[in-house]
Amino acid sequence: MSLRTPLSNAKGLGSAKEGAHHWWAQRLTSIALVPLTIWLAFTIASFGEFSYSAVILWMQSPLVAVALALLVVTMFYHVQLGVQVIIEDYVSGWRKVASLIALNFACIAFTFMGLFSIIEVSL
Amino acid sequence: MGTPQRPLSPHLGIYRWQLTMALSILHRMSGVFLSVGAVVMVVVLAAIATGSSQFETVQSWLAHPIGLLLLVGWSFALYLHLVNGVRHLIWDAGVALEKNTANRSGLFVIAFAVLATAATWALACEELV
Repeated sequence: MSLRTPLSNAKGLGSAKEGAHHWWAQRLTSIALVPLTIWLAFTIASFGEFSYSAVILWMQSPLVAVALALLVVTMFYHVQLGVQVIIEDYVSGWRKVASLIALNFACIAFTFMGLFSIIEVSL
Repeated sequence: MGTPQRPLSPHLGIYRWQLTMALSILHRMSGVFLSVGAVVMVVVLAAIATGSSQFETVQSWLAHPIGLLLLVGWSFALYLHLVNGVRHLIWDAGVALEKNTANRSGLFVIAFAVLATAATWALACEELV
C-alpha cells in the first residue's frame, strides 16, 4: 500500500533517493582535506629555497606525488560541492544552469590538469 | 504573473552583527577565495611540469608583493576554513550547538587562524634566512 496521496502520485514528484549524497560527500572530502592541506602548508613553509631542481626532486618522491594527487582530486571535488551550493543560493534561472555546467567542467578540467602535471614530473 | 508581495522573515538588515553570523559568511567567502587558490596551485603544478622558465615566471608572480599578499591571504583563509569546517563537523554530530558554546568556539576559530598563519610564515621566513 502506498502512503502517497493521489495528488503526489499524479504529479510523479517524489524523493530522488540521493538527497544525502551531496551532504555526505562534502563531509568526507572535508575530513580528507584536513591532513592533506596541513601537510601541504607545512611542507611549503619549511621548503626553504624554491629552486626548480629542488621542487622537481621533491615531487619525484612517490609519497609526495600520491599525496599531491589525492589533494588535487579531493580539493576540486570539495570545491565543486561547495561552490555548487553557493550558486544554487544566489543564482537562478538559466544563469544557474550555465554556472553549474561551467563549474563542473572547470573542476574536472583543473583536476586532470593537476593530475597530469604531477604524473609528468614524477615519472 | 508577478510575484506576490509577501512579508519577508527577519533578515540580515535586522540583526546586529555578531561573531557567529560573521563566521558563517566568512566560511563561504574563504571557501570561494580558496577555490581560486586551488586553481593557482594547479597553474603552479602545470608550470613545474612544463619547464624551468615557466616555473620561474609563475614564481616571480607569487614573489611580487601582490602575490605574497595573496599567499598570506590563502594561508589565513585555509586555516580559518579548516578550523571552522571542523567546528561544523562537530555541530553535525549534534554537540556544542548552544549559543555561548558557539560563541566561544567562534573565538577559538579566529584565534587559531591568526596564530597558525603567523606560525606558518614565521617558519617560512626562518627557513629562507
